[in-house]
Amino acid sequence: MKPFSFHRAASVADLPAGATIIAGGTNLLDLMKLEVMTPDALVDITRLSLDRIEPAADGLRIGALVRNSDLAADAVIRRDYPVLTRALLAGASGQLRNMATTGGNLMQRTRCPYFYDRRMACNKREPGTGCAAIGGITRNHAILGTSDHCIATYPGDMAVALRALDAEVEIDGPAPRRVPLADFHRLPGDTPHVETVLKPGEIITAVVLPAPVGGQQRYRKVRDRASYAFALVSVAAVIRVQDGRIAHAALAFGGVAAKPWRDPDAERLLIGQQPSDALFQSAADTVLRLARSQGDNGFKIPLLRRTLIATLRDATGMEAAA
Amino acid sequence: MDITLDLNGTSHRLDVDPRTTLLDALRHDLGLTGTKKGCDHGQCGACTVLMDGRRINSCLTLACMAEGKEITTIEGIGTPDQLSPLQQQFLDHDGFQCGYCTPGQICSATAMLEEIAAGWPSHASGSLEGPFDLSHAEIAERMSGNLCRCAAYSNIVAAIRQAAKADALHKDAA
Ligand SMILES: Cc1cc2nc3c(=O)[nH]c(=O)nc-3n(C[C@H](O)[C@H](O)[C@H](O)COP(=O)(O)OP(=O)(O)OC[C@H]3O[C@@H](n4cnc5c(N)ncnc54)[C@H](O)[C@@H]3O)c2cc1C
Ligand code: SF4
Ligand code: FES
Ligand code: FES
Repeated sequence: MKPFSFHRAASVADLPAGATIIAGGTNLLDLMKLEVMTPDALVDITRLSLDRIEPAADGLRIGALVRNSDLAADAVIRRDYPVLTRALLAGASGQLRNMATTGGNLMQRTRCPYFYDRRMACNKREPGTGCAAIGGITRNHAILGTSDHCIATYPGDMAVALRALDAEVEIDGPAPRRVPLADFHRLPGDTPHVETVLKPGEIITAVVLPAPVGGQQRYRKVRDRASYAFALVSVAAVIRVQDGRIAHAALAFGGVAAKPWRDPDAERLLIGQQPSDALFQSAADTVLRLARSQGDNGFKIPLLRRTLIATLRDATGMEAAA
Repeated sequence: MDITLDLNGTSHRLDVDPRTTLLDALRHDLGLTGTKKGCDHGQCGACTVLMDGRRINSCLTLACMAEGKEITTIEGIGTPDQLSPLQQQFLDHDGFQCGYCTPGQICSATAMLEEIAAGWPSHASGSLEGPFDLSHAEIAERMSGNLCRCAAYSNIVAAIRQAAKADALHKDAA
């Protein structure tokens, strides 16, 4: 690990300029040990009082330092936003969830193996060096929203559920603002090293959930082993059926793009319709119309299709989860 | 930098490089080698300790960030003369082969049983509201952050179930 100076944040308004935020440390320290990230200065924010879950206008405000385990176990989250609890519990391990924070989880970096290996060309790690993944081993890479500069995925689970719940990210800094999670992560384009809209000197202070929409909520994650593994693909679904027709449908996908993916066209197609396999097939066709295989990750296209259809069948009561 | 660690009920003053992980501070600076280093990247659970009663990976925690927290290592869970109930059950059930993952398994299971008692659901729970049983599926899921290279898993699960059962009987009697 490269040397760094260590600071403790006194307040949100008073972060040392240029210092990298450390919260749970579970992603940052991992990458610092490998010297993939080499900050000169760290600022520990864990003693700031950003660790509360509190009512907000119509919804809920989740402090950036709320630990993943506390968020998953929170009684209100479990009752009103169960897809979020399910996504959190499907991620990492009991130990890691006790350290991982809401803010850090949103900011976690890709699991592209070439990003982790400093001998490899990687535009995300070192802008302008190229992308060793393209034409290489691409099993865990993206099928949607890729560019010629980077095909990495955003690997997390929590944010996929937050996307289906229409969450917003509360940011403090010179210009405090709230950004829909939909706009928070960026697709790679020709600047894959810029992963979010967060600017230097800014800090995530909270995630804000709108009023609960109810309905059936599911998080289905497919991975190489039953636990403690990142998603190959995942689907977060919030579905409400009224009088035999789909009245609300929010679908977000993990493991397939550089951000939690959502497709308004596919959702629109479902609204007002009676649940059926034919309907779900065409929703899957819509989501996947722009999907592109990189070679090894071609399996993600049929896998996402089947996972989406199974989730929709389950959420609309057509069939218990297989 | 000078830090003070509250460790197994005693306070220790240390002078550490900011880069020092809690794991390295325990093993190298304090000579407490019960906590093991497997992967050093949060992937195996060998380094599990309790911080304010919660299980964490000490390899992904900076020592200087653990200041002011109560740290419990395997040395603080029990001693050869006074084994904790879980330690006794690991012995009775042969819950290990080489023993390298065992301190992490026992620290992790100690906190995991508290999580169940506190009503925390898991990925394996059918309902998020509980009650949560100690089925094989629940224990395997909740302990998935602790790998065992010797694959002593079936005996580890048996040891944990027995310790939990004994604890429940004890509580019922009290
Ligand atoms: C073995 C292993 C398995 C894992 N499996 C999964 C999995 O299956 N699913 C999953 O979703 N995740 C998984 N993770 C990732 C884990 O969820 C993240 O490491 C964790 O959520 C990061 O949170 P943290 O608080 O520890 O962040 P840190 O490591 O402290 O920080 C991560 C990044 O976020 C920045 N940051 C932190 N807080 C803020 C803030 N408030 N404002 C602005 N920037 C901030 C930091 O500067 C840093 O760049 C796994 C991790 C490991 C090590
Ligand atoms: S896919 Fe992205 S992260 Fe992976 S090597 Fe290419 S540029 Fe780097
Ligand atoms: S040594 Fe910490 S998890 Fe492996
Ligand atoms: S007993 Fe050898 S690693 Fe678990």
